[in-house]
Amino acid sequence: MSKERVPVVEQILSANDQIAMLNRQRLNAAGVFSINLMASPGAGKTSFILRTIEGLKNSLRLGVVEGDTAPVTIDSDQILAAGMPAVQINTGGDCHLDAVMFKEGLDQLPLNDLDLVIVENVGNLVCPASFKLGTHLNVLVASIPEGDDKPYKYPAMYRGVDVLVINKMDLLPYIPFKMGYFLQGVQILNPGITSFPVSCITGEGISDWCHWLIAQRNQFIGHED
Amino acid sequence: MHELSVTENILAICEKHAKENGASKVTDIYLTIGQLSSIVDDSVQFYWDIISQDTLCVGARLHFQRVPAKLKCNQCGHEFTLKGELTLCPQCGSVRIDILSGEEFFVESILIEKEEAV
Repeated sequence: MSKERVPVVEQILSANDQIAMLNRQRLNAAGVFSINLMASPGAGKTSFILRTIEGLKNSLRLGVVEGDTAPVTIDSDQILAAGMPAVQINTGGDCHLDAVMFKEGLDQLPLNDLDLVIVENVGNLVCPASFKLGTHLNVLVASIPEGDDKPYKYPAMYRGVDVLVINKMDLLPYIPFKMGYFLQGVQILNPGITSFPVSCITGEGISDWCHWLIAQRNQFIGHED
Repeated sequence: MHELSVTENILAICEKHAKENGASKVTDIYLTIGQLSSIVDDSVQFYWDIISQDTLCVGARLHFQRVPAKLKCNQCGHEFTLKGELTLCPQCGSVRIDILSGEEFFVESILIEKEEAV
């Protein structure tokens, strides 16, 4: 009997990352841009998607992948009612979507007839940050009632996203939310990140977001990576 | 939390490397986890004891090597270790801070036993 130390140095989530890469390649081959929306429960992800659909429906063909921990179709029903293809993925209690689940979602969407796929991740500021899906952009939807301390409490999430949406701006006058303190935490974790203050109730900021998203998608079509 | 899927991934990585190296048993597993990576050690150990049954890794000890979060100010160059909440640079008050370490999340090495060839 002999003992031996074997060096490994392998990322714990490397299997997920590899499938995420395959998802990305598949999306690129189909010319479909995709974004992964992450947020805490109740931040307004579904409302934000519905507003985005409204803003983009004359410019882009959209599909939506909805992740939820319970077998409900509340979210996907709303998307279907808005006239867009939607797939509901039940994570079976898991706190996040992973690359395999996203692949299953993509299997059910008519990718060749789409320009943009929006993923609504499970409402959670911890776990989705660790699991890449293969989307082109990670988007965090923060909201005013959650409080201004969230960047400090969920650093991995705020650090790992490409764009920040600050939802429910219409509630700012009624809630002791210190925007300076919030943005300071965001800047430490993710310097220079693009952000969009919006309200899904009043529509504030939605057209800026939609224009930006169309520009991102056009850039992707011009130069796929 | 996602400790079950994390633990399953750790097991798959360890089994793969154990088999590649002709192990008869894995006795110790060394994980490197940054302070900013969210994982609960006790919870991983709990799942580990259940899912490692009937594998080369059954009974292996998990060692969590925690890496402190080290930050560096981009403005004045001051380096400091994070204690508690993220802060501005304690020296000059800048928000322009780089995270040097603390985001690690990998299997560093395993200790295996091999039967001697007769």
